[in-house]
Amino acid sequence: MELALLIDFGSTFTKVTAVDLGRETVLATARSFSTVETNIMEGFFNALRELEGYAGLDSPPYKYKIACSSAAGGLRMIAVGLVPDLTVEAAKRAALGAGARVTGVFAHELSSSEVGKIEAQDPDIILLAGGTDGGNREVIIHNAKMLAASSHLNSPVVAAGNKAAADEIRDIMVCSGKDVRITDNVMPELNVLNIDPARETIRTVFLEKIVAAKGLKKAEEFIDRVLMPTPAAVLNAAQLLAEGFEDEPGLGDLLVVDVGGATTDVHSVAGGEPTKAGISLKGLPEPFAKRTVEGDLGMRYSARALLESVGIRKLVRNCGYDKEQILKHVEKVGTNPGLLCTDEVSRGIDDALALMAVDTAVERHVGKIETVYTPFGASYIQTGKDLTGVNCLVGTGGVIVYHHDPAVIMRGALFDQDLPTVLKPVHPRLFIDREYILAGMGLLAEVRPLTALRIMKKYLAETHF
Amino acid sequence: MGNLATVVLGVIGADVHAVGNRILAYALEQAGFKVINIGVLASQEEFVDAAIETGARALLVSSLYGHGEMDCRGLREKAVEAGIGSVLMYIGGNLVIGKREWKDVESTFIKMGFDRVYPPGTLPDDVIPQLRQDLGLT
Repeated sequence: MELALLIDFGSTFTKVTAVDLGRETVLATARSFSTVETNIMEGFFNALRELEGYAGLDSPPYKYKIACSSAAGGLRMIAVGLVPDLTVEAAKRAALGAGARVTGVFAHELSSSEVGKIEAQDPDIILLAGGTDGGNREVIIHNAKMLAASSHLNSPVVAAGNKAAADEIRDIMVCSGKDVRITDNVMPELNVLNIDPARETIRTVFLEKIVAAKGLKKAEEFIDRVLMPTPAAVLNAAQLLAEGFEDEPGLGDLLVVDVGGATTDVHSVAGGEPTKAGISLKGLPEPFAKRTVEGDLGMRYSARALLESVGIRKLVRNCGYDKEQILKHVEKVGTNPGLLCTDEVSRGIDDALALMAVDTAVERHVGKIETVYTPFGASYIQTGKDLTGVNCLVGTGGVIVYHHDPAVIMRGALFDQDLPTVLKPVHPRLFIDREYILAGMGLLAEVRPLTALRIMKKYLAETHF
Repeated sequence: MGNLATVVLGVIGADVHAVGNRILAYALEQAGFKVINIGVLASQEEFVDAAIETGARALLVSSLYGHGEMDCRGLREKAVEAGIGSVLMYIGGNLVIGKREWKDVESTFIKMGFDRVYPPGTLPDDVIPQLRQDLGLT
């Protein structure tokens, strides 16, 4: 029996999954509270013991023991660019695609107070972009100097800007003893997005430095490798599931919604070209596999922010409970993130919160149509991806995975007749990540893509709206 | 041609005339310019943003549907505000509707901050030498 152990060091839970590679089955999954502050391995061994109890897996020889991590705040990044709609946006997308939490974005010349803000955040990695190849060099060089001059900043810098400035940036950074990696420009030409090289470089830095900085090195004594941040694993899984591998077909264009305690992540794997005639595309081209993260939409740590973003009225309308009950619930779960809802009222309110999180996160992720009136009549401009035709919608994240009827929540991802300009999926098939294996399969995809794909197709449960 | 200049080319406003834009892009490229073509339906902000990011030295604005005066007002001010106030700005096309004296039209756009204004029917060959001269490339 050839086995693999897949581990996800989460911010709240450490999840482990044991997979039989030969039979392509999930043997067991288990989870335990993460113990990042003390010794990360404690929580891991707790989960492992539970796993072994389940399936009679008494310290079996695992062929692979690989992990992803979003523990200790995840991979926290700052993106710096030149024009907000251009290289700043491109840098942000590269960081998100690499599975980072983007804690700040900066445009134009950095001021000393902005450098102060970056110092205060002490990011894991800074992504420095700006200028197309052969375009503006002054700003990115200024910004490199500003970052180099800071005695507090020791974060590695990934420079992915104007190639004509690359050598000078390297010199500036190296001379002040900073760790700098030069990679291809995230925007080599105007409106051309090239984020894969930056994503790869970010991942290299993650493997070399961040794993150790997060106290995960200890984990590597027992397991083979911490391969990537958890969101990158989920995006990896989504891409494999959509595209297929060799002769094994995928499910086609899809949208994954992951509602967590702190954030709601949305991943789409689709081209998103206009589906109707006479629509022109505007703005930066979209990555085929795109991830967005909503830091204000979460079930626990961000419950208060969710309430603020969505508004109490909409929540009252959606769950039927009154204002006081909702405020009380949000207060309670916000201060006590480990809380699982048992009574009917709090479950009802949790459902409404989750529905709003899905609705708002998907609305922000998908493209929009805007009508422009010209002397020749109305014309239509699309920004972002048209996902109306997407085949599959996949739901994951605690609140969805453990729900008896997740369609109630996932409905928020669907196209709304009253908002025809918001290009959400119209008639997708709905799949639920019942075994909570998506991140694990993104990891397994690194070593056994075909097996990972087959397991996903077997274990994602098709559900109906 | 190591020191070619970068220029931003586009059709401003709600204007969708794409043919002349392509011809101009081709002619300018043949003449050795690096052309950043932002195409039709281009807003003022897109011209300015494109010029900042690419380090362009000129904005070449087309307008063929008669609303140029409305669409171009404030472009120079935006460029100044964005820190590229000295960028060279040309405009050409069917700039106004109705019968107005060319002198009038030209001065309207010069006052708006354009460096050169071209009437309908201008050929690229007339413009390119002037562009070279204004950019100090000859």
